[in-house]
Amino acid sequence: MNLTLKIWRQKNASDKGKMVDYKVTDISPDMSFLEMLDVLNEQLINKDEEPVAFDHDCREGICGMCSLYINGEAHGPDRAVTTCQLHMRMFKDGDTITIEPFRATAFPVIKDLIVDRTSFDRIQHAGGFISVNTSGNTIDANTIPINKHDADTAFDSATCIGCGACVASCKNSSAMLFVGAKVSQFALLPQGKVEATDRVLNMVKQMDEEGFGNCTNTGACEVECPKGISLENIARMNSEYLKASLKG
Amino acid sequence: MSGILNSSIGRKFAMALSALFLMIFLLQHFAINLLSVFSPDAFNDVSHFMGTFWAIQYLLQPVLIFGVIFHFVMGFVLEIKNRKARTISYAKNNGAANSSWMSRNMIYSGLAILAFICLHFYDFWLPEINTKYIQGDMSGLLANGEFRYFEELQHKFVDIWRVALYCIAFIFLALHLLHGFNSAFQSVGANNKYTKGLKGFGKAYAIIIPLGFVFIALFHHFNH
Repeated sequence: MNLTLKIWRQKNASDKGKMVDYKVTDISPDMSFLEMLDVLNEQLINKDEEPVAFDHDCREGICGMCSLYINGEAHGPDRAVTTCQLHMRMFKDGDTITIEPFRATAFPVIKDLIVDRTSFDRIQHAGGFISVNTSGNTIDANTIPINKHDADTAFDSATCIGCGACVASCKNSSAMLFVGAKVSQFALLPQGKVEATDRVLNMVKQMDEEGFGNCTNTGACEVECPKGISLENIARMNSEYLKASLKG
Repeated sequence: MSGILNSSIGRKFAMALSALFLMIFLLQHFAINLLSVFSPDAFNDVSHFMGTFWAIQYLLQPVLIFGVIFHFVMGFVLEIKNRKARTISYAKNNGAANSSWMSRNMIYSGLAILAFICLHFYDFWLPEINTKYIQGDMSGLLANGEFRYFEELQHKFVDIWRVALYCIAFIFLALHLLHGFNSAFQSVGANNKYTKGLKGFGKAYAIIIPLGFVFIALFHHFNH
């Protein structure tokens, strides 16, 4: 496959940045999207040009580092995948592919296609945990009987990898699917109920302080989420928040 | 409880509550307007009651006006805040791949409805306020001793351009409700196995009520 790539180039966080066109040739349809970018970078290095900076870690679809907006969609046109699991067979020979970093005020660009998603870390620090005594007599969580539906739903919420595709896809740059998943995974389980009130209040407060937008329920986040996190998580967070506000 | 309206979820909740209130108002407005098709006398009687009963005039009407203003102002506030959350736009964005046109353009359908409400107030509400509270005529009667409400309604729908504007506004209302109805329930936290049936009901409401208003406008235009 021969492709034209339109890629966002930005030297550093304070650079204005611009789209730059590149050509890549002999791309195998079996390559992953990141491998195609590796080919491009090899080409650039051979020509003594600056390679395109992009983020990756596991290349197994679970680290959520890639933060690429491809042809107008987070992680490209395929569903329930991150960029490393997006394959070049999703494109046609001769295609022009636009590649940009995730855009949000709370996700500033560091360089080229790499964004700073530490705002998600700060939201997690604000309440995305449970307090467990680990002094040597910790009780196994499995000794507490849990309704299977709740356990399954909590597990589904916990599969969120914090990639930020929800924020990138949302026209409002809202982080509510991410925060909703993190609130839900604990709120549904007995271990999480102890700190449920403080958790949801503190995580939503931090989310607002980071400058994420307000959810208007377009549902784009759910469609683009590589892990299929559902909008029910946002509704659950909303009701948890309202309950907590009335209590607090 | 303090500061709930300063939070993103609190604002969503307030927006949803005002929307649910306006949707209930819309239903009763539609029911009364529908009376004008089947029974002008019943329409006159109900209109006179609505226009003169103190609790409706002095309690519910101010609440309704507050609800309308709150919904619009909060809509603009949220739009401004959301635009600030992404100051650099995507060079290429395929919104249609993951969300409906209605959900992405609530501000525009809302602005069309706002323009319609201005026209509607000019057509009906301002003359009503003038007659009742400036000229002091609370009788609701014409010079010939009959109620004026049905006559005024039919008179407004003689002009085809006004009917066309009303029908266009009702299309925008349908587009707004197609996303807004279920969005309001999602915002108040009602999206679970017990509320699945609401989605179908919401779509039916969003289409039937505006379509009904279109029918009423056309009916009076062609039957004057």
